[in-house]
Amino acid sequence: MEYVIIAIVVVVVAAAGFLGAGVARTRRAKMARLPPSSTTGETATLPNPTETVAPSIDSPTQALPIPAPDVEAPDLEAPALEMPEPTANRLIRLRARLARSQSTLGKGLLAVLGRDRLDERAWEDIEDTLLQADVGVASAGEIVQRLRERTRVLGTRTPGDLRALLSEELVAAIGADTDRTLHTFPHADAPAVVLVVGVNGTGKTTTCGKLARVLIADGHSVVLGAADTFRAAAADQLQTWGAKVGARTVRGAAGADPASVAFEAVRMGTEDHVDVVLVDTAGRLHTKTGLMDELGKIKRVVQRQGPVDETLLVLDATTGQNGLTQARVFAEVVDCTGIVLTKLDGTAKGGIVFAVQRELGVPVKLVGLGEGADDLAPFEPKAFVDALLG
Amino acid sequence: MFDTLSERLEKAFTSLRGKGRLSDADIDATCREIRIALLEADVALPAVRQFIGAVRERAGGAEVSKALNPAQQVIKIVNEELVEILGGETRRLRLAKSPPTVIMLAGLQGSGKTTLAGKLGQWLKAQGHTPLLIAADLQRPNAVTQLQVVGQQAGVTVFAPHPGTAEGGISGPPGDPVAVARDGVAEAQRRMHDIVIVDTAGRLGVDTQMMAQAAAIRDAVDPDETLYVVDAMIGQDAVTTAEAFRDGVGFTGVVLSKLDGDARGGAALSVRFVTGTPILFASTGEQLSDFDIFHPERMASRILGMGDMLTLIEQAEASFDADEAQRMAGKLATGTAFTLEDFLEQMMALKKMGPLSNVLGMLPGMGQMKDQLAQVDDSDLDRTAAIIRSMTPGEREDPKLINGSRRARVARGSGVSVFEVNQLVDRFFEARKMMAQMAGSMGLPGARRSNRKNARKSTRGAKKGKKGKAVRGPTAARVPAGLPPGMGGMAGGGMPGQPMPDLSKLKFPKQ
Ligand SMILES: Nc1nc2c(ncn2[C@@H]2O[C@H](COP(=O)(O)OP(=O)(O)OP(=O)(O)O)[C@@H](O)[C@H]2O)c(=O)[nH]1
Ligand SMILES: [Mg+2]
Repeated sequence: MEYVIIAIVVVVVAAAGFLGAGVARTRRAKMARLPPSSTTGETATLPNPTETVAPSIDSPTQALPIPAPDVEAPDLEAPALEMPEPTANRLIRLRARLARSQSTLGKGLLAVLGRDRLDERAWEDIEDTLLQADVGVASAGEIVQRLRERTRVLGTRTPGDLRALLSEELVAAIGADTDRTLHTFPHADAPAVVLVVGVNGTGKTTTCGKLARVLIADGHSVVLGAADTFRAAAADQLQTWGAKVGARTVRGAAGADPASVAFEAVRMGTEDHVDVVLVDTAGRLHTKTGLMDELGKIKRVVQRQGPVDETLLVLDATTGQNGLTQARVFAEVVDCTGIVLTKLDGTAKGGIVFAVQRELGVPVKLVGLGEGADDLAPFEPKAFVDALLG
Repeated sequence: MFDTLSERLEKAFTSLRGKGRLSDADIDATCREIRIALLEADVALPAVRQFIGAVRERAGGAEVSKALNPAQQVIKIVNEELVEILGGETRRLRLAKSPPTVIMLAGLQGSGKTTLAGKLGQWLKAQGHTPLLIAADLQRPNAVTQLQVVGQQAGVTVFAPHPGTAEGGISGPPGDPVAVARDGVAEAQRRMHDIVIVDTAGRLGVDTQMMAQAAAIRDAVDPDETLYVVDAMIGQDAVTTAEAFRDGVGFTGVVLSKLDGDARGGAALSVRFVTGTPILFASTGEQLSDFDIFHPERMASRILGMGDMLTLIEQAEASFDADEAQRMAGKLATGTAFTLEDFLEQMMALKKMGPLSNVLGMLPGMGQMKDQLAQVDDSDLDRTAAIIRSMTPGEREDPKLINGSRRARVARGSGVSVFEVNQLVDRFFEARKMMAQMAGSMGLPGARRSNRKNARKSTRGAKKGKKGKAVRGPTAARVPAGLPPGMGGMAGGGMPGQPMPDLSKLKFPKQ
């Protein structure tokens, strides 16, 4: 019977071989179609720029290799523009929001740690509670192991001491003195470029909007690049955010080449001397090689004009163990420099970031705490863990 | 990637070959492995606990069968339990006696409701219904626009009286989703739509205000079905959230979304476990047609990380001549004896198994490779077959013969470009090399066995009872690069003399 299976596998492998060639071919063909830096005949077939080009933008040059994007300038007089909340207050709200979802995690752990005897059962309970926060089998095992050793060595007994010890372990596991600076400082002659990536529905567009707002609050000028040309109304969504926070949005027609839109956003940002360009990309499952290639290309094309300063992977806190696989593949394709952990305002704990930190060393830099424009805060391990432990 | 449950159990059981009945210690060790496997598949802990209880009970009483080794037997039990919990059989959508049937969608932010509305609309339309989509997500920026576009793609009418949160709408009065939903149903009645699908904003279980709003929408439209849409990638929070939606809105069915990824989808089990509500549909991609009825057996195998091997094997049996296949495998092992003629035969047998995409969909954990393969369609097979058929028997026997002028002739004969012929020939040589390697790693007679030896060594090191890393052996070494992880555990060396009638045997390597 094994032979039957092998026979299938044979054909599949062979087919994969042919196909592999086929894919490479179509991909190459596609690349060739893209007009990265020189003019090609393609421009004609691409959708024309719409008439809604805002007057405040210098007219795009005729020689544009890419479809001149539809640029929307925010109406700065519009009363809809709200004043961003100072970032300093946010951490306080972060703690409150995290506490709102008051985890059984903290309570359960402390109940266990408060027992007079730490038997096998107790340690298992500790591990279970970590597992319920999506920390994952391997990371949870490690944390418990270390905690065990330290309680033994230190002879810790009181719940207070144990809590402190556990908190320390968790902070250490997430990276106590990891550099979490967001690199959004403009270069001498070019804007800082931030690329926002992730699987579908994690909160990329929302994060772009919120981040733009933080930057603007800090006195930076921002251009948004709507490189999600695939999902219905994705560019509109980003543009609505842009208008709300006072950032201009560069977009292409539906189905346009996302790399071209990203390139154009950065080009415009450079031309207009803005400080930061935020590029929102389409959600894509890390298993879709075609789409991951597309993402790699977006980054490469943008890099023709200068470095990408931050590549932020947006992870949804509700994500389970698959989050690690996501991070692994995205890191491989676009070399992520930071994680944005969203939807922490819910009951999910986002424990998968422990595994991501452990295996990939990509630090969490920002957290999303709601759908509001100000619901984004810098990640602080101590606050995160404290809030987690209640 | 995670080891599959079958691999884990193989390791746990290496020490107990030949025993008549599983001892308590064996069962403990087994349950530990099952627990880890389920947790890594994101099954929520409470569900894991109960599940293990059930397995423990059944495994304890079970006589070890002669046909199956203990690992296989436990997996069989685990699989059966999983399928049972996941639903046994699938339920169909309940339609109202007097139309319109109202379907309401609910779920967390980003779970895939709006896309699902379009998919469901298209699917129902294809069945002769006239659905109306109602845009009651006035929260997320441009969710209404998104539904309008999706509706247009599906060829389904969208009722969107309020623009929701959009650039133009920011300063306007905030919309009332309850009113929109209510008006939508009235509109459907007026315009003779027999089904309405209400898209609602994503919300958190802890957001009491938003949950109250969802309940108000429900009361306003009195849905025949409320579908809870849950992302297949969700982790332990699946239980808490499902409970919150059950208590806050109540739902009659579950839809699992983003199943086209490689998440194991343990959430299916968690949600089923806490709510008992059947899973009706699976959403499997970004295209509107990527939508299917939920299949519990496929989900069970997926959670266990084994693909839908049983079905595959059944189909393979029906399509392949066993002796023929055996002869083929022998050729493979030697590397060079496998000819284009053989390849053609195998390809035709594969074709008999049904659409290629279905067959590939059943292979376990193929990851990236699967995604590539998904792009081969049956016409590619036909084209390839046409090329081979344009070759002389001699050429098929020895593809090295096919020189420049012969290639041109073959291309003309099969109506393809010379480039394609070149590619076929080149890839054939490459594929053949790969096959020989693979045959080696699978322990086919005549092939190199080094890989198997490694695998055995790694299992010996794994003592039962140890958790975490210690239990995992190196998986990478076992299969040549490019092979899906699940494959390693699938086709074992095959112990001579073992009775073969049991199909599940195929899944488990015997060493
Ligand atoms: N509660 C909560 N919701 C959030 C947060 N961040 C984003 N969301 C919501 O999650 C949903 C998806 O967010 P998007 O920003 O559209 O996600 P995306 O990754 O751009 O989605 P795609 O482009 O479709 O892949 C929206 O309903 C957001 O309002 C957060 O921190 N907390
Ligand atoms: Mg988006």
